[in-house]
Formats: sequence, C-alpha cells, structure tokens
Amino acid sequence: MKKNKEKRNLFSIEILGIALGLLWIAPFYLMIVNAFKTKREIFEGVLGIPDSLALENFVQAFIDLEFLKSLFNSVLITGLSIAVIILFSSMAGYALARNKSKLSGIIFFTFVAAMLIPFQSVMIPLVSIFGQANMLNAGGLVFMYLGFGCSLSIFLYHGAMTGVSKTMDEAAIIDGANRFQLFWYIIFPLLKPISVTVGILNTIWIWNDYLLPSLVLSEANATIPLKMFYFFGQYTKQWHLALAGLTIAIIPVIIGYFFAQKQIIKGVSEGLSSRLKANMIKE
Amino acid sequence: MHNRNIWFWLFLTPVILGLGLVVVIPFIYGFIFSFTDWNGLTATKFLGFEHYINLFQEDEFMSSIWFTVKFAVVTVILLNIMGLGLALLVTRNIKTNNLLRTVFFMPNLIGGLILGFIWQFIFVSVFDDIGTMFGIENLQGWLSTTSTGFWGLVILTAWQMAGYIMIIYIAYLENIPKDLIEAAKIDGANGLQRFKSITFPLVAPAFTVSMFLTLSMAFKIYDQNLSLTNGGPFNSTQMVAMEIVRTAFSDNQMAYAQAKAVIFFLIVAVIALTQVYYNKKREVEM
Repeated sequence: MKKNKEKRNLFSIEILGIALGLLWIAPFYLMIVNAFKTKREIFEGVLGIPDSLALENFVQAFIDLEFLKSLFNSVLITGLSIAVIILFSSMAGYALARNKSKLSGIIFFTFVAAMLIPFQSVMIPLVSIFGQANMLNAGGLVFMYLGFGCSLSIFLYHGAMTGVSKTMDEAAIIDGANRFQLFWYIIFPLLKPISVTVGILNTIWIWNDYLLPSLVLSEANATIPLKMFYFFGQYTKQWHLALAGLTIAIIPVIIGYFFAQKQIIKGVSEGLSSRLKANMIKE
Repeated sequence: MHNRNIWFWLFLTPVILGLGLVVVIPFIYGFIFSFTDWNGLTATKFLGFEHYINLFQEDEFMSSIWFTVKFAVVTVILLNIMGLGLALLVTRNIKTNNLLRTVFFMPNLIGGLILGFIWQFIFVSVFDDIGTMFGIENLQGWLSTTSTGFWGLVILTAWQMAGYIMIIYIAYLENIPKDLIEAAKIDGANGLQRFKSITFPLVAPAFTVSMFLTLSMAFKIYDQNLSLTNGGPFNSTQMVAMEIVRTAFSDNQMAYAQAKAVIFFLIVAVIALTQVYYNKKREVEM
C-alpha cells in the first residue's frame, strides 16, 4: 500500500522531470528545426516541422562562417592555451606546495587574490600595453589566457599536492634525478586527475570567450564565437541562415559533451568547490 | 640551499610573468591613468578625481549600474530557487536523473554569445508567433522595450545558469546522511516536514556559495547582453560591463572608461569580501 504510493509519487516526479527536460532543450529544438526551413517557411510559422530540408542554408552558413578555418583557429588557440596553463600552473603549484617559506605563501596568496579582479578592470590597459608591444595576435592571446587562467589552476594543483608524499621527491633525488626530471616523470603523472579538471574548466571558458578575442584578433584569425558575431551581423533579418550558422557552431561542443559528460560535470563541480575555498582564504 | 632556490624560481617564472604582465601591471597602470587624460597611448595632464566626479553624474553610467543591480537581485533569487528545485528533482531515485542532469547543464557549455543569438530568435520570432496564434499581445514585440529586454535577459540567464547552480546543490544534497531522512520517515514526518527541518538547513550553506557565484556572474555579464539586446532600446538594457567596453572602444574615452572600470572593480570586490566575511562568521557559528 505504502510502496504503491511511493511508486506513484516517483512516477509523477519522473513525468515532471521529463517535461522540464523537454522545456530545457526546446530552444535547441527550435533552432535546429528552423535552420532547415526556407526564409518563407520561417515567415509563415516557426513552430511547425519543415516541409522539405533546406540544406542549402547549412552550405551557405558553412562557407560564410569559414567554418573549417574558424574551427581550426578555435582548436589551436584553446589547445595551446590549455597546454601552457596545465604545464606552467602544475609546475608552480608543485613549487609553491613544496617550498614552505613566507615568501612562497605571499606569492600563493597574490595569485588567489588576483581572481578578485574582473576582466573589464584590466582590459583597457592590457590592450594598450600589448598593442604597443605588437602582441595583439594569437601568440599574445595564448599568453593572456595563461595570465587569466593560472590563478584558479595553481590553486587546484596546490590543493592536489597535499596528496603527493614528499618521499617521492627524496627517492628520485637520491636516484640522481634533477628537479625538472623529478617533476615531469614522477609528480606530473600523479597529478593527472587534477590536470583533467583544470583542462575542462579552462576549455569551457576559453572556447566560448568572445570579448578578449574580439579585442585581440583580426577577423582573418577569428575563433568560432568571434566569427559568429560577424556572421550574425551580416544576416540579422535572415533567420534561416543565422540559425544554420548557430547550429553548425555548437556541433563541436555537443560532440565533446557527448563523449565527456561525466568528467565535465565532475570537473565543474570540483572547480566550484575550490573557487569557494579560494574565496574563503582571501581576507 | 642555493640550488633549491633556483628551481623554485624557474618553476614560477612563467606564471609570474603571465599574471604580472596580464593582470597586475595593467591593473596598477589602469588605476594610475584613470586620474589623467590618457588616450590609450599617452597622458599629458593629471586630472585628479575629475573622471570619478563626472561618472557619478552621467545618466547612462548610473542607469547601467541600476539595471545591473536589479538584474543581479532578480537572478540571484530565481537561480537559487530553480537550482535547488532541479537538484531535488535529479537526486530522486528516478530513471532519467543522469540524463536530466546532462540536459539541464548543457547550456553552460555553449558560450553566452551564441545562446543570446538563439534566444533572440525565440523572443523575437517564436514568442511573436505564439502571441499571434493565441492572441496574447504581451508576447509580441519582445526585446523592443526596456522591461521585456530586462526579462529576456533574466530568462536567458536563468535557463543558462540554473544547471550550474544545480550542481552545487546536488553536492550538498548528496552529503545529507541517508539515515537522518530514514529516521524522520520512521518518526512519521511527511515530505514537506522532512524538507523543512532536515534538507533545507543542511543545504543552506550551498546558498552562500551560489549567492557569491550568481552575484559576481550577474555583475560581469557581457556576451549575453551584447547578443540578446545589444543594450537597446536606447541603451536602456546596457549593463555595467558593456557600458565600460563601449566607453573605451566605441567612444574612445580610455581614461574615463578606466575610471568606470575602477568603480566596477570596487563593486565586485565589495561583494566578494562581504561574502568572505559572511562565510567566516557562519563557520564560527556552525
């Protein structure tokens, strides 16, 4: 009797969940369905299913977005930034965790405190300084991502180092390894789980970033969000093309999410809790 | 000993250069130049607080601050209710709970700029169509007035971020000891009573976390603002972040924009530090 009631309850919760889930993906559904319509069909109604598939929308959006080129730029910039952030932040997290001096504490605190500074507060002088140094290009952008991304990443690596015993260091030094070999062959592989988290968190942010690339890159080197902005401006009143372009632009993300959803959600959850901890040590 | 120091600094050099050249030096540089007539390259005159006095008298800047504050208050409340609601839903023993987590979280992975464009279509075309179909006039002309623009931004943000806040609440909900709930059930407490006296107090700290996150997110929002309303109509839905970018790169008033950026930093810093203070006080009580 009681079991039955609970089952019925769970069933209605299930239905509610599915309804909400459908509501959540409705925007994507509307985007995709209308991307397959002709301009006239959209004008006649946005809710129905298209009569025929207007694949030419996608062909034109693909060409106008220079999709392969912007995808390449996005992959290159995100990939290089992530590699640089992971390598240098893990080294720094290791050095700061192993060296227990007052100075090292101050340096660590400075990195964490820098998370307090919003991007818009440094944006104007940043563009000015890098402009005068002729560094407003992809290389400069990767370096900027290192600067903005290293704080949280160092914090995560620093926390993970507490789980790595110091006897590792000693054994390797006795065997004649230098510090860099010790780090690269012994410590870095042990930090792999946290490297995955650092990689995920920074990828989500850098892949989707619009403002910084818009200040640094020219249209010829545009990443997907930046190119999307120009593309959209061109087709303001032509929803069939604009929606086809948006659909193309999010395909890489959906594919990535499909393959790594567990790690992504776990990574974000870890990132959230450490951001909070970082916030708490700022006095 | 000496050797030890060399490796320490070698390991730190790249990130110190990164943070120094990208964040610390621009921050100090910008602060100093906000007191001058800096044009992005050179400054000729020291103006003292002139920019700061002017910005508080500028209607556009003040209205962007008020718009942002209102937006922040509404989204903080809404996101916490939605985040907790979704978390309660997907932590129940239902078959679709993993799938639903994936679905609710999905918008967070797609950039704000792209989401804003998608929703522009929904507000402008889909809402309009539904409005015509069912004769609901309120659904027509979305994003063309200040208040529909405001609610448009709220809806977009709520839809995008609720899954993110849900993750926080899930973490706290899953930490509630199962036997506590069981014991209450045996004692005859109903669902609502269990929620009120067990679940809610135990997830309350999650609210502190998500309040900080939602507040700072609401203040820094830019991409969604740009792609959804572009600040219109007549700059009335322009938030602080966008206002600073415009002053700097469209109006070319670098020093003046930088003064606004300093005020912006102070607002964000006050929110964050208040949060730390509040957190610490809470910890003592617990």
